[in-house]
Amino acid sequence: MRQFYGVTLDNPLMLGTALYPSPAILADAFEESKAAVATVSLRRESGQDKAGQEFWSMIRDLGVAILPNTAGCHTVKEAVTTAHMAREVFDTKWIKLEVIGHTDTLQPDVFGLVEAARILTEDGFQVFPYTTEDLVVADKLLNAGCEVLMPWGAPIGSGQGLNNILGLRTLRAHFEDVPLVVDAGIGLPSHAAQAMELGYDAVLLNTAVAKAGDPAQMARAMALAVEAGQLAAVADPMEPRDMAAPSTPVIGKAFLE
Amino acid sequence: MVDVSIIGAGVAGLCMATEIAARGGTVQLYDRETSIGEHACSWWAGGMLAPFCEGENTEEPVVRLGQESIDWWDKNAGGVQRNGSLVLAMGRDQSELKRFARRTSDFDHVSGDFITEKEPDLEGRFNAGLFFGSEAHLTPRVALSALSEKLATKGIHVQTSSAPEQTTIDCRGLSAKDALTDLRGVKGEMLVLKCPDITLSRPVRLLHPRIPLYIVPRGDGVFMLGATMIEATERNRITARSMLELLSAAYALHPAFGEAEILEIGVDARPAFPDNLPRIRKRGDVIYANGLYRHGFLLAPALARMTADYLFEGKRPEVMDED
Repeated sequence: MRQFYGVTLDNPLMLGTALYPSPAILADAFEESKAAVATVSLRRESGQDKAGQEFWSMIRDLGVAILPNTAGCHTVKEAVTTAHMAREVFDTKWIKLEVIGHTDTLQPDVFGLVEAARILTEDGFQVFPYTTEDLVVADKLLNAGCEVLMPWGAPIGSGQGLNNILGLRTLRAHFEDVPLVVDAGIGLPSHAAQAMELGYDAVLLNTAVAKAGDPAQMARAMALAVEAGQLAAVADPMEPRDMAAPSTPVIGKAFLE
Repeated sequence: MVDVSIIGAGVAGLCMATEIAARGGTVQLYDRETSIGEHACSWWAGGMLAPFCEGENTEEPVVRLGQESIDWWDKNAGGVQRNGSLVLAMGRDQSELKRFARRTSDFDHVSGDFITEKEPDLEGRFNAGLFFGSEAHLTPRVALSALSEKLATKGIHVQTSSAPEQTTIDCRGLSAKDALTDLRGVKGEMLVLKCPDITLSRPVRLLHPRIPLYIVPRGDGVFMLGATMIEATERNRITARSMLELLSAAYALHPAFGEAEILEIGVDARPAFPDNLPRIRKRGDVIYANGLYRHGFLLAPALARMTADYLFEGKRPEVMDED
């Protein structure tokens, strides 16, 4: 299994901590999901004087690795500042880097992303960049020092699943040794399973679980889905064919009259 | 004989004092200040008595216990507007309306014509919505004053001296965090606007995946616009982003809000337990009633009723987790 900056994850699910009806339900969802990583967004306003520390200590109590993110940052400078704050609050070098380029689609600003990734990597951060499935951008992120890539499946919170399977497959094929995570756009367990079937190393999701009517149950469904997808990828699935291929021979079948 | 000291004269403490006094108990009421005001987070509340709408994002007890609130406020404070509430979404967020409908009950799907009939100023702006006809709203500061004045006629005044060590009901909200370590603050930011161009008769919720907003009419062209939900204990300071988001949503509801005057900016932190449900805890001679979260006016009557049932009849409250 590919490692994330030297860390092997027990489970290929990364779960976000936003939008749950309550912290208690969030904790239930984490338990059911068996997620190995919790992403946390840090609002700069609460980072400065640590007004959010009760919530953060609840996240720490989940007992999983914490991946702080720079959600909602629209500029390189904002993202870098937030990353520094997150490192201080959570005492980790990991940072999920988001530099948002478009307010409607929350599409990453890939130019700013590469720049911020370089700045943060040089500063000792271990960057998990939220990017598109663009191969060239991916290459530039790796050159900037990223050792993990997190292409989107679909826009954040849209629940549309994997919009560009060809692109995601291309990325997997080109970067055999790089841990790849589908981040954003997962709405259903089948989407998560599909990402794992493509050979991705993990799936990061939040809204699909947090906004489900029963978040804990959806978390369990996601846990089962990523496990199924992962097993399938390892099991070397059959190749699809255009024609039927009967599983039992038709020639020589006995006539029964 | 029930003889209690209540600490905290926000919505929880005032409802508690009202309920216990109404059942013939003796009440002493204590607070940092002699009159209700902005040191209590209920001062900044929306005042929606909307148990069914709240079902979208809360657990069953909120919906059930919240239904007590409408009659309770009507009886004890008056000023309850029983005009229902309206839930709307902009064209591209229609899926949010579907989701909201799946999670809630006691509403009707309504058409654009119905919305226009109920709220003429919204004519032509929305094609569909949900109408929760049995819900109500009130004006929090008026309701708190009414309770306070009624208590005064019974000789119960808010005292600022420290409470004696007899049986105490602690309704201090977030200030009780010294004793209730699992209590946390959830920051809320709100605005009061004056917009004489628009008249609304009932609270309107505008659904949005990231920035859900509600607007509660206070009468005379005054509106309360709320409220953010941020995991932080901070009780002051609104950010530009929050204000931008609140105002953009109001502007989306009706462009005339662009011309509104901003009368007030309110910021405070709501007291909440990890499941966002209220609790009654008895430790020695102290009963803690806390964790009303964003449901102060909705659940304080039930919390007071359950505490009074416990004191007068020995009935264990369903939300009691320590005794």
